[in-house]
Amino acid sequence: MSGARLELDGVGKAFRGLRAVHDVSFSVPAGTIHALIGPNGAGKTTIFNMIAGVYVPDAGTVTLDGRKISGLRPDRVCDAGVGRTFQIVKPFRGLSVLENVTIGALHQRPDLGEAREVAASLLAQLGLHDRRHQLAENLTLPDRKRLEVARALATEPKVLLLDEVMAGLRPTEIDVMVAFLRDLNARTGLTILLIEHVMRAVMALAREVVVVSYGEKIAEGTPQEISRHQAVLDVYLGEQEMS
Amino acid sequence: MKLIRRLTDGVPSRALWALGVLLVALLVAPALLGKYGLSVLILILYFAFVGQAWNIMMGFAGQLSLGHALYAGLGGYVAAGLFFHYGLGPWAGVFVAVAAAAAAGAIVGYLGFRFSLAGVYFALLTIAFSEFTRLAFDHWEWAGGSGGLFLKVDSTVDVWNLRGGPLLFYYLILALAVGAFILCRALLESRLGRYWLAIREDAEAAQAVGVPVLRCKMIAVVISAGLTALAGVWNAFYYNNLFPETAFAMGRSIEITLAPIIGGLGTLFGPMVGAVVLTGLGEVFTDASEYFHVPGMKQIFYGLALLVIVIYRPAGIWPWLAGRLGIGERRP
Amino acid sequence: MTSDFLLSLAQAVSKGLLTGMVYGLMALGLSVIFGVMRVVNFAHGEIMVVGMYLAWMGFEYLQVSPMLSLPVIAALFFAAGYALQRTLISPFIGRPEHQQFLLLLAVAILLVNGCLAIAGPDSRSIQMESQFDSYDLGPLVFDAVRLHAALAAVAIAGLLWLFFTRTRTGKSIRAAADNNMGALVVGLDVRRLYAFTFGVGAACVGAAGALMITIIPVTPFLAAEYTLLAFVIVIVGGLGSMTGALMGGLLIGVSEAVAGLLLQPSLKSMVSFGILILVLLLRPQGLFGKSGA
Repeated sequence: MSGARLELDGVGKAFRGLRAVHDVSFSVPAGTIHALIGPNGAGKTTIFNMIAGVYVPDAGTVTLDGRKISGLRPDRVCDAGVGRTFQIVKPFRGLSVLENVTIGALHQRPDLGEAREVAASLLAQLGLHDRRHQLAENLTLPDRKRLEVARALATEPKVLLLDEVMAGLRPTEIDVMVAFLRDLNARTGLTILLIEHVMRAVMALAREVVVVSYGEKIAEGTPQEISRHQAVLDVYLGEQEMS
Repeated sequence: MKLIRRLTDGVPSRALWALGVLLVALLVAPALLGKYGLSVLILILYFAFVGQAWNIMMGFAGQLSLGHALYAGLGGYVAAGLFFHYGLGPWAGVFVAVAAAAAAGAIVGYLGFRFSLAGVYFALLTIAFSEFTRLAFDHWEWAGGSGGLFLKVDSTVDVWNLRGGPLLFYYLILALAVGAFILCRALLESRLGRYWLAIREDAEAAQAVGVPVLRCKMIAVVISAGLTALAGVWNAFYYNNLFPETAFAMGRSIEITLAPIIGGLGTLFGPMVGAVVLTGLGEVFTDASEYFHVPGMKQIFYGLALLVIVIYRPAGIWPWLAGRLGIGERRP
Repeated sequence: MTSDFLLSLAQAVSKGLLTGMVYGLMALGLSVIFGVMRVVNFAHGEIMVVGMYLAWMGFEYLQVSPMLSLPVIAALFFAAGYALQRTLISPFIGRPEHQQFLLLLAVAILLVNGCLAIAGPDSRSIQMESQFDSYDLGPLVFDAVRLHAALAAVAIAGLLWLFFTRTRTGKSIRAAADNNMGALVVGLDVRRLYAFTFGVGAACVGAAGALMITIIPVTPFLAAEYTLLAFVIVIVGGLGSMTGALMGGLLIGVSEAVAGLLLQPSLKSMVSFGILILVLLLRPQGLFGKSGA
């Protein structure tokens, strides 16, 4: 699976008069890792939801390698090659870890046996192989996050959307996840867009960062550039987590 | 054969042996049981079959239907009507019957899902359609109206026209029940079956990994409706009469749901275990209530039994039983 | 359109309105139970039938008019409903629908067959003294018994409205219905409130039963039909809306009466179900419900 180019152009969404996202445009070239940051309530997850097809943008378009995906249903967006995780993880609780990821793998591998094999090898990569027969609801939070990533990867996406996948992880676990994602991106060229509050991960992974606040893009640049950007500092004053 | 291997994958061999023994026992049962015993066994198999059909929609796809009598009734009436008016044998008529029920299921399913009805609201939609059809058939002369439709009974055994004694219908319902069991196992161990489980667990997460939720739910409804129609056809030709009051009755819809709910929703053996328990209890209560000479006594026992079961074994009897016997039906 | 026909139509509508008022009271009970606790009360019609039987027995054996036995029946039903909720139903709140359905189905079976065992399958009715009285309003004739029942239903609904808007318990119940977690946080004893709610709902239904027996005879087999009717009315009228339950009752009462007149009587429920289907599809929150419910 190599990556695709993700492009947002003038995307906006309002909920009953409340403007959640307004005129946001940025692009993530194929094979790169970008980050989307901003204070809580800035509209980051709404942007993800518009890419993933949960919401239809009121304005603007989302394209994947030039093909418009905004307005498609979430499963059709997955068909187009977008995988996503949820900010509050949503495992299939009553199913085993292996079954969870298998369901993802079935997307590209209709044969159940083959899907299970693909799922098992993904679990091994994410260090969940020995827990593969445990019920998802019995996993710890860090394991559930890994499960969420594995399940999304099993669909063999060209773009992976990760929503605060580091939240709640200890520093060593963060490093492991960062290493995994960096390796994944290097090996396969998968395009990754992360929503993150954990700056350590953003600095380590992202080639470019998009900053949103109150639904609007206020800055875009390399991690070094935006960490010195005045508007960004203003917005984060008193809110930044030192990690 | 790959199919057989897939069906038996993960099943311990002693379970397979037990199933084999059970099948043989069922095949020779008529020789061992008297007329009464056979009729009870027929009842058990009927509820196991129709419960399995309902289970596909509820246990697998998670949609509560309390109007399944619609499909059984349609199936029965279409096949019986074609036989009655045009002499079309039921082995041919069944295709039309199943198609009619599947179409009805598609309509109910589509309306329900398209308009995002869930839970009680969806259940009420299914009831409304079933009742509506009941009232319509009450006034439809081609189907005999409220006076009913009667099939001629003679003493010949004619398999093509499904004329014959209990033996014929026993093996027929046995074949249907076994077939449904195998079908459900095959479905569960397929991509569709896995997608159903995902939808039941978390439909939003399922969509995010590419599961076409609406399409999967529709398929569940249509399969469930079609299978239920088969039960209706069997029923019509076994009892040789049909009345809208009973064929489409809410009581019939409810009785279809009892075996799978009591036995264990979403499991393979649930409907069968439930059918055995319910029919067995029914027989016991009929005998017991004869001591009382009070109308409704049997139903009172029945109601108490249901109460006890739902309070103490809400997940169904089979999951508890399987746990006790040390069999894991790989309840996913 | 002959004036005769118009008169028959007007007569049917007025009869439907009166009957509909009592239907509305019955549905109000369900609206309270389902609306507050989301319990799918499949025993609703059965509870009403018990009420009908009790009122009938009061009349038959004690010569007490249902209008007088009504408060007693309502109080009885309140206590029984409270107890039922505290013991049996409470653990089932929040459980999957099919389990609630099975529980209440069992309760319904027990109630109906209890009635059957005690009172037998024959239909029972009440012949009140005012049986053949009527009030005239121009060319329209109103059955006295029906009118009294309707007025009583309105009065009870009014009392209920006062309860929910003016008393502390009533307001607490509405709060708990709106926001369960919030109610708990604020320190409301939600379990007790739920039991109270079920009691109030049951009392409503019992009262409706006492009124219903004056206009319709009772058999045990009627119960399931009434359960369905109650659900139709509540959905059509709108969940959580008292006005909705009453208006829904009126609508269904009138449509039944008119359908009985224009089509065949046996088709009257068909119209009700047709309305239900339309409401479910086009306006699931019901005519008076809040959207987004």
